[in-house]
Amino acid sequence: MEKMVPVPSRGIIPERDVNSSPILEVSHLGITFGGLVAVDDFNIVIGKTEIAGLIGPNGAGKTTVFNLLTKVYQQTKGAILLDGLDTKGMNTVQVNQTGIARTFQNIRLFSSLSVEDNVKIGLHNQYKYDTLSGILRLPNYWKAEKQSKEKARELLSIFNMEHMAKYKAGSLPYGAQRRLEIVRALATNPKLLLLDEPAAGMNPRETEELMENIRKIRDTFQIAVLLIEHDMSLVMGICEGIAVLNYGKIIAKGTPEEIQSNPEVIEAYLGKQKED
Amino acid sequence: MDFIAYLISGISLGSVYAIIALGYTMVYGIAKMLNFAHGDVIMIGGYVSFVATANLDLPPAVSIMIAVAVCTTLGIVIEKLAYKPLRAAPSLAVLITAIGVSYFLQNAALLIWSSNPKSYTSLFKFEPLKLLDGELTIASVTIVTVITGVIVMTTLSLIINKTKIGKAMRAVSEDKDAAQLMGIGVNKTITITFAIGSGLAAIAGVLLASAYPILTPTMGAMPGIKAFTAAVFGGIGSIPGAMLGGILLGVIEILGRAYISTQLSDAIVFSVLIIVLLVKPTGLLGKKISEKV
Amino acid sequence: MKKVKKLRKSTRSSLITYGLVILFFVIVQVMMITGNLSSSLRGQLVPIAAYIVMAVSLNLTVGILGELSLGHAGFMSIGAFAGVIVSTSLENQIANAPLRLAVSMLVGGILAAVVGVIVGVPALRLRGDYLAIVTLAFGEIIKNVINILYVGYDSSGLSLSLKSANALGLEEGGKVVLNGPMGAVGISRISTVTAGFVLIIVTLFIVLNLMHSRSGRAIMAVRDNRIAAESVGISITKYKLMAFVISAALAGLAGSLYALNFSTVVAKKFDFNTSILVLVFVVLGGIGNIRGSIIAAAVLTVLPELLRQFNDYRMLLYAIILILVMIATNNEKIKNLINRVTLMLDLKTKNDPKKGGAA
Repeated sequence: MEKMVPVPSRGIIPERDVNSSPILEVSHLGITFGGLVAVDDFNIVIGKTEIAGLIGPNGAGKTTVFNLLTKVYQQTKGAILLDGLDTKGMNTVQVNQTGIARTFQNIRLFSSLSVEDNVKIGLHNQYKYDTLSGILRLPNYWKAEKQSKEKARELLSIFNMEHMAKYKAGSLPYGAQRRLEIVRALATNPKLLLLDEPAAGMNPRETEELMENIRKIRDTFQIAVLLIEHDMSLVMGICEGIAVLNYGKIIAKGTPEEIQSNPEVIEAYLGKQKED
Repeated sequence: MDFIAYLISGISLGSVYAIIALGYTMVYGIAKMLNFAHGDVIMIGGYVSFVATANLDLPPAVSIMIAVAVCTTLGIVIEKLAYKPLRAAPSLAVLITAIGVSYFLQNAALLIWSSNPKSYTSLFKFEPLKLLDGELTIASVTIVTVITGVIVMTTLSLIINKTKIGKAMRAVSEDKDAAQLMGIGVNKTITITFAIGSGLAAIAGVLLASAYPILTPTMGAMPGIKAFTAAVFGGIGSIPGAMLGGILLGVIEILGRAYISTQLSDAIVFSVLIIVLLVKPTGLLGKKISEKV
Repeated sequence: MKKVKKLRKSTRSSLITYGLVILFFVIVQVMMITGNLSSSLRGQLVPIAAYIVMAVSLNLTVGILGELSLGHAGFMSIGAFAGVIVSTSLENQIANAPLRLAVSMLVGGILAAVVGVIVGVPALRLRGDYLAIVTLAFGEIIKNVINILYVGYDSSGLSLSLKSANALGLEEGGKVVLNGPMGAVGISRISTVTAGFVLIIVTLFIVLNLMHSRSGRAIMAVRDNRIAAESVGISITKYKLMAFVISAALAGLAGSLYALNFSTVVAKKFDFNTSILVLVFVVLGGIGNIRGSIIAAAVLTVLPELLRQFNDYRMLLYAIILILVMIATNNEKIKNLINRVTLMLDLKTKNDPKKGGAA
């Protein structure tokens, strides 16, 4: 578990003020689908190395927020600033190159390809050479391939998955598939990592490990993480800031403690859980 | 006046396409497969009615009924033997199997009836309709085709919208698994769909052979492709789409042949298809498909 | 240690494919020299080579990119007629036949690639069966258009007409290269088995190296999961088009090779049925399996010939074999049976406790 990617790690995260150094500033974000308001007046600010959580009952619009941030949908209202840059008019590819990477609620791996190839595809824009060099196997092909292979192994080592490099991605156990998705997203060198229910389907031990790893990823890569999760132990355990979404609107924002004691949240979300 | 005559024969050809396209679209909607052997069932229908009238001297109505019966049975047999074992297989495997069935039917016809073209005598022998002091002549087969087209489409719409089996068909095309859970016999519904589609193909075969009275083992291939095009044109899986697509295709083909170029008529049809798909990627009446992220 | 072994596996697989083609070529050469090759089979060698290239290139679209194309023969047609026109025009300029063949094929390939871009840009926006029907439509349009083209060549160069061969107004000694529905006539047959062999090797080189490169991985990523590919910064349009155009170019090369093997070629030769035939090669050989495409194309081109003793029944047999193979390889029950047998064999050979805990 101790093996980590050798990028400069300061060990201790410097004291952050979320508002003075934000990586993501979303203001008045909204989208309507044929008259139905899916997300409305969504405002959130995430610090450069913050781990933030987005929670809310099913159908509250959490994944829609992710889809808006990654431009799967274009917003009908509001603005998204990534590191101060307005992403308006960008497409999914451009947003990724600007610094947002994500995982999916229903796992979306390149399942017929190897684990290593999945990560190498994530490295697509990091180690470049043109198609002709690839077909003719010119020196830059060999160099970039070697680098991307090494980098892929390095990244896989975050989750101790190097030994699975040659396995077919689709044949991995569920938990490993979720971890591979995170590795693949990290490979694109993001500034902000969006995790859509990373602990879904994991057992408590795996979840515990995942929490540890999300923290480590943040510490080593010095990036921000925004995660959607239903597992409250995970959310309350690692998130520094939490936003609660209900019916497409933010109903509360704050630290885990504040959220846990917010009556509106308890009514909309946690209260529901108690009934179960 | 020419224009009206062309338009009418376009609608007539279009009605045949529409009847074939209905078979394509129903099977696609329900079994999610492109049944490329459908065109060859048309050919079988044509030959069977030929044998019934020319060799067995049966009256036209009986010959049509025999053709429908043979093709319906054939459709059911093909479905049971070739397609049913592949229900869970990738769509490309089913497509290739359908092509295998198509080769089989063409070559079986070749063995039975030889490659020499047979000349078909139209089953509809009454006088052509003369309108406007003989300025506009409409051939008997054209009239019969258009009327048949209307009857087939109305009946089919009624079956699909008003009967129990129609409801089952719609349910299966919407969601196979959910339909199964609701107690609908999916296999039975698919078989019935094939039966109806193949019966329609027989009717189309008789109409086609009456209008273009040369029978060859490959006669169904091109109308099959055109009807498939028509089904996509209207939005594959959509019943009204197949009717609309078929008729438009027939009209475009005949008008293109008359006013632009005889040799390029197919190219015109296919170009229109491409343009339509570029503007409406799922056809004229097709449902928009969106993938959930 | 295991990693090194496995890495070698993909390279080894490519080498086996090349080896297979080389071996086949050597055997054919030996048989030709010793006179053990029947003339009918001999005449099929260049078409077999062309169909192998067609199958491998279509596999790039269908297997590697994952899009169904029903108009691949259209690109073959472009290459065929472009190749014939170039070859006839350059008959005096380039006396060396292999060189003229190479130039003709190159032009055929480039032209097919250009058409590939024209068709691909709009068509690749469509999905699944809609893309399939557009490629089908395109193939039919190509056939129709070539059928009304009249091209002639004389000392003043190429001339073109849409009416008739006479309308070309050729000088004395001029040649009609493309004669409308009669197709290309009076072609000098400069294709050779060796040229076919070289083209197969070049095709393999391009396709296999592409598959194992950055762009190839991007293409397969688009196939496996379009949305995920976009999310990691891969442009769907770019890589779809890339695969489609390379596939079209290779089909164009194959078309030139094919056409320059006959003295006459008609546009009808490259119709929907040919597209389907090549698709059958790809599916039977295994979708995405390049070696399988080669074997299937070779075997299935010769098969009707081998079934000749069954005479009238051979195409019927061919159809039945096709259906049975599809059912045998795709039926769940039969597949499970095969899986269970291989798994049992697997367990027997791999009773290594270390490997068991890997997953």
